[in-house]
Amino acid sequence: MNKVLAVLEQRDGTLRKVSFEVVTAARRLSSAVDAVVCGSTGPEGCATAIAERAKSGGGGYGALVFAATATGKDLAPRVAAKLGVGVAADVTDLAVEGDTIVATRPVYAGKAMQKIRVLGTPAVVSVRPNVFTADAQASQVKPETLSVPSPGRVVVREIKPAPAGMLDVAEAQIIISGGRGLKDPANFKVLEELAKAFGERAAVGASRAVVDAGWRTHADQVGQTGKTVSPSLYIAVGISGAIQHLAGMRTSKVIVAINKDKDAPIFKVADYGIVGDLFEIVPKLTEEIRKLHG
Amino acid sequence: MRIAVCIKRVPDSETRVKIAADGKSLDEAGVKFVMNPYDEFAVEEGLRRGEVTILSLGPAAAQETIRTALAMGADRGVLLQAEKIPADPFEAAKVIAAELKSTSWDLILFGRMAIDDYNHQVGPLVAELLGLPCVTAVSHLEIEGSKGVAEREIEGGIEVVEFPLPAVLTADKGLNEPRYPALKGIMAAKKKPLEVKPVQVGGGSFDVVALTPPPERKEGRIVGEGVGAVPELIRVLREEAKVL
Repeated sequence: MNKVLAVLEQRDGTLRKVSFEVVTAARRLSSAVDAVVCGSTGPEGCATAIAERAKSGGGGYGALVFAATATGKDLAPRVAAKLGVGVAADVTDLAVEGDTIVATRPVYAGKAMQKIRVLGTPAVVSVRPNVFTADAQASQVKPETLSVPSPGRVVVREIKPAPAGMLDVAEAQIIISGGRGLKDPANFKVLEELAKAFGERAAVGASRAVVDAGWRTHADQVGQTGKTVSPSLYIAVGISGAIQHLAGMRTSKVIVAINKDKDAPIFKVADYGIVGDLFEIVPKLTEEIRKLHG
Repeated sequence: MRIAVCIKRVPDSETRVKIAADGKSLDEAGVKFVMNPYDEFAVEEGLRRGEVTILSLGPAAAQETIRTALAMGADRGVLLQAEKIPADPFEAAKVIAAELKSTSWDLILFGRMAIDDYNHQVGPLVAELLGLPCVTAVSHLEIEGSKGVAEREIEGGIEVVEFPLPAVLTADKGLNEPRYPALKGIMAAKKKPLEVKPVQVGGGSFDVVALTPPPERKEGRIVGEGVGAVPELIRVLREEAKVL
């Protein structure tokens, strides 16, 4: 495989964790990886700068790797179109067979995996966050900052940050999600306490039912019309496990379900389950986790 | 405003996925098809802002999907009829862009992604091909004159973006509450113009090797009932799963 261009993301001048995953994924394709980060928030300016860099990279790049984040999903197609190809999007596995990239990606709400040979030159790929575990070498990456002469017609006026201290579910290593079983929006406090016990790695997610009911914001929703997540630990509390919810979390590494209904479909995908009253179980779990981290 | 809304016919999200005999595609027998849920937000947004033309690339049966949008209130429909939608979204984008090029639109709307192929890119690809500005995953929109302000969810916050019209936007959940077609609308839709244009779609550069069931999660187990099971849960998470 020719050289590979890893397109990293930063916010407020700091590389985001997913950037190291992008580097790790890129190294699966080639030992020669160049990393770049865009010096602007304007998507049009960035796309032009990245496409120019991709064309000019002495000898040419065999592939470009993006993160399938909100930013990457926006940027990758713009760049790909300028290079005359489509994006192999949101891939969960990458390999090189001969000189061809083979990408595996979940389709039909995660109910099937599509394996494709990406024949375009260059191949443009975006990788699902939290799937390619960043290795130690990746954290040493020193990306080149691409200068952007003009941000373009689409201008980011501001970023309204989520409430302080709240980690986004798409970036959390541990997610505690709640559903209708919580009975009342105020009861999410029980889950927030558990998240806090895990420290800064954890976030609170929500099922579609409670987002539609207005208990939680859409930003917290895990599932088909919300976010797709792959944390190392996913704890589903009072969530029955509708297909549309499973679509968003079934690639989590370890799934725990806490539900009073022993026949709830969530137990079919969970690695470990406890049947019972969440209002007794979750506080006890919080207490035990605090002891561990104490 | 002249608005084009591009929609896709997709299997209902509750569909049980059966792999076809070729080992590469969905067995469509018995599958219920619907309008892609994100496209409903796009249709609704179009209806609130102007005169709407619905455009869809798909098989003859996608006429039904277009009729649903017409029943919601859209003015006319165009089906770009092709037997198969290629795996490479760039090929779909080329055909759609070629059709859109013949008219000058104020807004071109898509859903943020289709729930079958999860590509989330045909909107921005079409925007690039047409040379138009594009904002993806819009959850709030304001338009004044020829200027728009959109909000989009990003990790850890909301991005507020300004853009000039004409533009291509892709709709996210939260943008609006899509209406259901009323009986009157369903009757009216039968008389609305729906043009069918056969198109040639290239194969593109994605070669589908296989469609397989997702990796089996190893059999899970109930570690116990009630609060007494918590210590055992902690133990297995530490010793077996090694996530604590």
